[in-house]
Amino acid sequence: MSEPLLELHGLNKSFGPVHVLHDVDLKVRAGEVTALVGDNGAGKSTLVKCIAGIHAADSGEVRFQGEQVHIRGPKDAAELGIEVVYQDLALADNLDIVQNMFLGRERGSGWLLDEASMERAARETLASLSVRTVKSVRTPVSSLSGGQRQTVAIAKSVLWDSKVVLLDEPTAALGVAQTRQVLDLVRRLAEQGLGVVLISHNMADVFEVSDRVAVLYLGRMAAEVTTRDVTHGQIVELITAGRSGELGLARPDTATV
Amino acid sequence: MTQTSPAPSGAAITDFGIDTTAMSTTEAIRDYVARLRGGQLGSLPAALGLVALFVLFSSLSDVFFSLNNVANLLAQGAGQTMIAMGIVFVLLVGEIDLSAGTASGAAGAVLAMHYAENGNLLGGMGTTVFIVFNGVLVLAAVLAATLRIWPGVAMSLVALAISLSGMAANPWLEMLLALSVGTAIGCITGFLVARIGMPSFVVTLALFLTWQGVILQFIGEGGVIGISTSDVLNKVANGNLSTLGSWALFVVAAGGFAAVSLGEHFRRLKRGLVTQPTPLVLFKVGIVAVLGAVATALLTVNRSPNESIEISGVPYVVPIVLGLLVIGTYVLNRTRYGRHIYAVGGNKEAARRAGIDVTKVKASAFVVCSSMAALGAIVYSSKVGSVDPQAGGLNTLLFAVGAAVIGGASLFGGRGKVIDAVIGGTVLATIANGLGLLQQPAAVVAIVTGLVLLLAATVDALSRRRAATAAR
Repeated sequence: MSEPLLELHGLNKSFGPVHVLHDVDLKVRAGEVTALVGDNGAGKSTLVKCIAGIHAADSGEVRFQGEQVHIRGPKDAAELGIEVVYQDLALADNLDIVQNMFLGRERGSGWLLDEASMERAARETLASLSVRTVKSVRTPVSSLSGGQRQTVAIAKSVLWDSKVVLLDEPTAALGVAQTRQVLDLVRRLAEQGLGVVLISHNMADVFEVSDRVAVLYLGRMAAEVTTRDVTHGQIVELITAGRSGELGLARPDTATV
Repeated sequence: MTQTSPAPSGAAITDFGIDTTAMSTTEAIRDYVARLRGGQLGSLPAALGLVALFVLFSSLSDVFFSLNNVANLLAQGAGQTMIAMGIVFVLLVGEIDLSAGTASGAAGAVLAMHYAENGNLLGGMGTTVFIVFNGVLVLAAVLAATLRIWPGVAMSLVALAISLSGMAANPWLEMLLALSVGTAIGCITGFLVARIGMPSFVVTLALFLTWQGVILQFIGEGGVIGISTSDVLNKVANGNLSTLGSWALFVVAAGGFAAVSLGEHFRRLKRGLVTQPTPLVLFKVGIVAVLGAVATALLTVNRSPNESIEISGVPYVVPIVLGLLVIGTYVLNRTRYGRHIYAVGGNKEAARRAGIDVTKVKASAFVVCSSMAALGAIVYSSKVGSVDPQAGGLNTLLFAVGAAVIGGASLFGGRGKVIDAVIGGTVLATIANGLGLLQQPAAVVAIVTGLVLLLAATVDALSRRRAATAAR
């Protein structure tokens, strides 16, 4: 098992009186898909936003490639190579695929963008991910299907020599065939040696692509287990009760806020 | 059906499945039709409407298509077109600037006062007003600095320097003053909307009234300040290029357009990037060259209705509007800033997450808008030859917004080009001019203009809905 790429220790986050994350630990390893599961309000999205620098954690330690780092904003996270693909995609409809993939990080000088280089890089990235569903990289995002948008959003995240990619419910709004495409893409990211964190509600997806499962229960990390060591039922118990037999929180009743 | 490009870097790119970079002309036309059906109309309805209006008015009035009238029409529409070009930036970020008209009037009033008082703004305004005026300029500079919009800071300080130094009247100095006052106004609007977070509708409505009061204060009730005695200020909208100058303009404009389009096209083709079909590009370049040549040839003919004086040459407003069009288009299409403007209008949250300073981009759109409005004020004041308390008031703003929307800029943000303002502005100027020649009363002109605007907004809303349903 490789060294963790990204390691969280004792992360805490409160919004006013609401204590959303309690001493959360998480390890993300290169070349693995770590599924992050939990019921609504368990703190999954908050955890992702803390890693992405959108929220500042109140306390706790973040280690990236073994070194302690402080992520103060989205730019810090991006510089480390941490990319997030949000549930609501965060693509600008009126721009085309290339423009979206390079948004905020355009190549060329401020006064003259290097469109040629950006277009080439976008095509190469899509090609390296074996994306075959997009007709032209100059297609406006408004005319893409949900799956294609998700594909573009994911491809955008790997364009930046990123090392960790966090995917927030990438298949939530997709049909069967499109879900298939996206899951294949998620697997390919891991094969390319990235650390992937997949947030999902769909147990079938989790068991299909993930190597490890981390379960959040009411803001606490209930368990971090290898996917093939657990059953579907155990994961569901961990999500709903915070414990399942030997696994999970010792005294779940203290977990209530 | 698709031709893949001769992929330069081999396997990796050919692996990218069915990506296309080049289309045949037929495919491109089919693609264009598909996009039209999908609701991406752009400025097509306005361009067609403009042709229809020209045909209609030419058949109804002998005077309409006369050279003198067409040249006149260009000068009449130029001021509001320039304001509309600024409005496009604000519409692109999904906001509205109702104060652009009166802001332009305020800039014009300062210009006129500086000219009339020979640079002595203190004398023209009176001590209290003068202190407040300079205080506002300082405030604008400070607000621009908090937004880190450095050109805004610089221009506000330029206005302050001209105001305090009391330099003698000089038409160029006055124009710079008007422009910098416009920029300063934009810094204030931008700060209020983008940093404080008030709805732009309310902020600019309040400022609309405020600037109207400012104009009245500067000019005085019932007052008029003439500026036509200045040769330069008069010629901005009423002067023409010499015949040689007109053709030089044609060569630079059409040649430049051809060089840029063709150079870009073949460079992209060589590198295997997405391009339009070559015949289509050649066709566009050809059309521009032919239309430009015809227009230049006609405008260099003597068009004076009076035997004793000669009027010929391309009006100065044409290179002015053309220059602003080129700069605006370049900024929006080729620079990082332009890309961010579109991104903020398309999806503010996506822009924010991509690390774009949404506040700054939004505020800067208002700065651009007010600056352009001030330039518009120079042109329309020059056309009229004076500045009165109604300058920039009445329908100026509504016509400018109307011009942008009629041209195809979306009120919902994210879609639009600078040329939309030019096409829309020409449509509105044509309607006003044509109906005027047909001796229609003002009532009819207003009603027709209103209906055209309504039509344009309907097209915008419908095409947007259509685009939304076509997406999935």
